[in-house]
Amino acid sequence: MTSPLQQKIKITGPSVVTANRTWDGVVIYRDTQQGWTTELAKAAIVRTADEARAMLTESAADDVGAIGPYIAPVAVNDNGAIKPGNLREQIRAQGVTIDLPVPA
Amino acid sequence: MYAYDEIDRTLINERVSEFRDQVKRRLSGELTEDEFKMLRLMNGVYLQLHAYMFRVAIPYGTLSSAQLRKMAHVARRYDRGYGHFTTRQNIQFNWIKLADLPDALEDLAEVGIHAMQTSGNCTRNVTTDQWAGVAPGEVEDPRIWAELLRQYSTLHPEFSFLPRKFKFAITASDHDRAAIKVHDIGLRIHKNAAGETGFEVLVGGGLGRTPFIGKLIKPFVHGRDILSYVESILRVYNQYGRRDNIYKARIKILVHELGIEKFAAEVEEEWIAMRDTALTLDDEVVEDIRSRFTYPHYKTLSDTPDELKSASADPHFEAWRKNSVAPHKVPGYGIVTLSLKPIGGPPGDATADQMDAIADLAEKYSFGEIRVGHEQNLALPHVAKRDLPALWKALDKIGVATPNVNLVTDIIACPGLDYCSLANTRSIPIAQELTHRFANHDTANLIGRLHINISGCINACGHHHVGHIGILGVEKNGEEYYQITIGGRADEHAVVGTLIGPAVPYAEVADVIEDIVEAYLALRQRPDELFVEAVTRLGVEPFKERVYATR
Repeated sequence: MTSPLQQKIKITGPSVVTANRTWDGVVIYRDTQQGWTTELAKAAIVRTADEARAMLTESAADDVGAIGPYIAPVAVNDNGAIKPGNLREQIRAQGVTIDLPVPA
Repeated sequence: MYAYDEIDRTLINERVSEFRDQVKRRLSGELTEDEFKMLRLMNGVYLQLHAYMFRVAIPYGTLSSAQLRKMAHVARRYDRGYGHFTTRQNIQFNWIKLADLPDALEDLAEVGIHAMQTSGNCTRNVTTDQWAGVAPGEVEDPRIWAELLRQYSTLHPEFSFLPRKFKFAITASDHDRAAIKVHDIGLRIHKNAAGETGFEVLVGGGLGRTPFIGKLIKPFVHGRDILSYVESILRVYNQYGRRDNIYKARIKILVHELGIEKFAAEVEEEWIAMRDTALTLDDEVVEDIRSRFTYPHYKTLSDTPDELKSASADPHFEAWRKNSVAPHKVPGYGIVTLSLKPIGGPPGDATADQMDAIADLAEKYSFGEIRVGHEQNLALPHVAKRDLPALWKALDKIGVATPNVNLVTDIIACPGLDYCSLANTRSIPIAQELTHRFANHDTANLIGRLHINISGCINACGHHHVGHIGILGVEKNGEEYYQITIGGRADEHAVVGTLIGPAVPYAEVADVIEDIVEAYLALRQRPDELFVEAVTRLGVEPFKERVYATR
């Protein structure tokens, strides 16, 4: 399988790098401090393919901390608030769309 | 129940230690994810959207009360208080932390439960009829042979790196409850003219991207030869199966492309060379396995006890009994299916509290034994009929007595996009909406047996191809759409359903299914003509017209 770093990167709008945290699998986002955050609101935004490639390269280097980093689309509104760019990312960011059998 | 011997217990415990070390090395960075991934998959650990998912095997769908309690413990201690029973007699925990997995495995190992080969390109959990050993008319208990195959295939060095995953299913009844025709190898136990027990062998069945019904490769293989014969099949597959394209790697593609005659000839050649080797089973080996299965000491009981007669005045009890209690091979007993399909609930989920309560009830009423079926329901296999009223009250109290087994709300659904990293669309909310639409029990009974199966992507974990109504989620321009097939079935008359037309958007799925059901009610010849029989008689056109005429 081709590594994400070897794939051609095309982005059509604001994007983030997201992955799952190694020790517990929780959804994480690359932040502006070259670390990871569980909050999409604190994710670093990239807007060009070069920026995305650079952040993906840097993210993939952290194999101990994160699994499977990839670029995901987001929407950024006029106030700078970040929202997931598709349903899959919405579910990753906000959780399942159903009630769990046992309330949290 | 099968009692593990010292070899089994040692194997399971060693596996826990091995995985503990692998996890430790992964978390320290000694192992990269690339190196670790295959190791975790071989222990049933996937990475899903929000967390790791841990898939635990329930060999041939049989659980003891102690084992079910331990699953409840894992759900409560390491997960979020529930588990999900799958279409292959496994249970999945959706929120488990990698760091906790070795402890969870160790706890499960205390009761002989493991997660070996619940993932990866190896032979997976061998599945069978959830009524095995208790169904009237069964040739013999298929679990004996399932256990034999489990022992043979577990960590088999030659078959641990197959081109793709490999699934066996076995039945010993005329009515197939194990969906053997949609497995890589399907085995039907029967007797030949001489009264000897053997297997009808089917090969190359499967769902997923390219569905195929299994093809008959050998009408009768004697029991003593079954290991050498299936090994011959696996060898031919291992040699010729494609490894260059994951979508063409399953044995069904090889069988299809070679043709069953050529594939069978290859297998025969291999088999002739090896059938009289160490793989030939002597009676002693089979009897040793048979002897490790313990069966209840049934009492001589009335088939029409007074308790049942008085309870039958309660229409709620009668509705449940008629729907959820099946005949048992021993007079005075019944097989009770526990519906994990409450109206509005996620299909196949059970909370830790429910699991504990079911374990207690199994001890009280079913000789401490529970079964798991591929339809994502549980069963208590040995319930005295005189106990049915008391059991029903207890099951109703914990929410597993919905009288909808095999009815329109007994829906099979994969976890879909709410959990699964492969899914394109959600499955569970569609199932939930449909159960609300058909919540009225009288309506559901009027409709009769109707299996709706939902998959959130083409991988078909929800078996949509073989649903009487199949619903497949596809993504179109970022939106959830669903293709509808009708006429599929997974039993001894297994057939892949037919697509009725263009995919419909998420919001219209329940309306479309209602239209299809209404069309069926209007078109059926008599009340006992099942939906799937009406489709066979009429074809898809009348249903298609009903659905698309106004859309």
